[in-house]
Amino acid sequence: MADDIILKVRDLHRVYDIKGGMFKKASQLTAVKGVNLDVERGKTLAVVGESGCGKSTLARMLTMIDAQTSGTIEIDGLPIDISKTGISREMRQKVQIVFQNPYGSLNPRQKIGHVLEEPLLLNTDMPAAERKDLALQMLEKVGLQPEHYGRFPHMFSGGQRQRIAIARAIMMKPKLLVLDEPVSALDLSVQAQILNLLKDLQDEMGLTYVFISHDLSVVRYLADKVMVMYFGEVVEYGTRDEVFENPQHDYTKTLFAATPNADVESIRKRLAAKAA
Amino acid sequence: MSLLEIRNLRVEFDTAKGPFRALDGVDYTVDQGEVLAIVGESGSGKSVAMLATMGLLPDSATVTADKMEFEGLDLRTLSAKERRKVIGRDISMIFQEPIASLNPCFTVGFQLGETLKAHTGLKGKQVKDRVLELMHAVGLPKPEERFNAFPHQMSGGQCQRVMIAMAIACKPKLLIADEPTTALDVTIQKQILDLLVKLQQESGMGLIMITHDMGVVAETADRVIVQYKGRKMEEADVLSLFESPQNPYTRALLSALPENAKGDRLPTVSDFAQAGGF
Repeated sequence: MADDIILKVRDLHRVYDIKGGMFKKASQLTAVKGVNLDVERGKTLAVVGESGCGKSTLARMLTMIDAQTSGTIEIDGLPIDISKTGISREMRQKVQIVFQNPYGSLNPRQKIGHVLEEPLLLNTDMPAAERKDLALQMLEKVGLQPEHYGRFPHMFSGGQRQRIAIARAIMMKPKLLVLDEPVSALDLSVQAQILNLLKDLQDEMGLTYVFISHDLSVVRYLADKVMVMYFGEVVEYGTRDEVFENPQHDYTKTLFAATPNADVESIRKRLAAKAA
Repeated sequence: MSLLEIRNLRVEFDTAKGPFRALDGVDYTVDQGEVLAIVGESGSGKSVAMLATMGLLPDSATVTADKMEFEGLDLRTLSAKERRKVIGRDISMIFQEPIASLNPCFTVGFQLGETLKAHTGLKGKQVKDRVLELMHAVGLPKPEERFNAFPHQMSGGQCQRVMIAMAIACKPKLLIADEPTTALDVTIQKQILDLLVKLQQESGMGLIMITHDMGVVAETADRVIVQYKGRKMEEADVLSLFESPQNPYTRALLSALPENAKGDRLPTVSDFAQAGGF
């Protein structure tokens, strides 16, 4: 059982120094305070919270963009602490990330084929022909066509771009995929397609997801475990059903109460209250 | 008489590849005290319709309509000068990005005052008093301190409150809110929606909510127009829309909501497009 845990985080902290200026003293901001979590292989952990709660800082540490101040991260048995050891190719292959805005995360001057091949070029010694084969396979896997290989990002819609960003992230066959609000910038119908794609890929490749989102309906649909963060701290952590059916912390309750209800019963209630 | 009545609205944009029709013959009516939601995905023409009404589209757009009246006033033939008297006073609009909608170089108190100076006869101290009153009405804490704050010193939710204060400053008869909560957190979204509905009920103004979020529609609207690719797919009161959607596109939108997911996969709009033929 224990070796099925692919991501293990213990007492993770991240402190940012804020520079002082002429009128301001230097201070410190703790963005993440003592996070503990375990994710099993092939499962999805959703991290929920509002802007400034530290969920993206957490994602940056898990994906080795940023170093932790203290605490331990272990991905697939490999300890991660980039401030001490730097990043090796092996570490890079374990984890990849998909960002929120597919317009900002693709280089406008890079053809899609190169976007997909770049992780292989940097992290493996694969010959060019093999890289191209893999890129073409990946395009098909995420629902795009081979002729898209030579096109530029501006020729694609938002949903297609997000497919490209996902394809790039799984080129290295990572164990863990961090998804930072991957569907927030997309239309409802495109959102459904991308969520379906993520589910298919998870089944097919045995991927483990850390899914960062503020949209509770998406979280409920996708997650196995849910973690709610508030001002850098974890205020709620449990299986999806535990958290949704019996929220413990006041903030989680506020969050549920604030989520718009699109069911007929609550519309009827609202209209009745208005007529009264 | 309806507050706003538009018949057969068409908007075309000149592009390098010839004219592009963004909106193709859509009718809108809003009554006093009514909340109309216009819902659709990007490219459905929901924002274009309201920008055309406000006269805010660029010169590359050609707007035609059989009828376009606000309280019996023909908006099609209005000169720019006459239009400025109506816009900002009788009709006002709130946009999606609150921080981008405010001028970063001026304090929010000054920017709120500008609207009042342009449309009312208030002067000096009267303007300041009314601004503080408005800031209080939209629930900004400590209006006296906030009066001299710059937009960057406030959060997104607070900036949106300032925008709302600005929009209701002259007691408009019609308020158009274009995705007012899309950039905000869920808890802040709830506060802003509650505020808009409260202000609408107190003043009896007409409110048009442009949104892509079915949850927002369910929480605020009386009547809903569903648009897709510049055409109206369905118009219904909010309860019948959610209870028994008539149009296949509306059904597709509702079933793509993750909370309505049945089974393992979410149905997508393209699944319905093949079956429903729209």
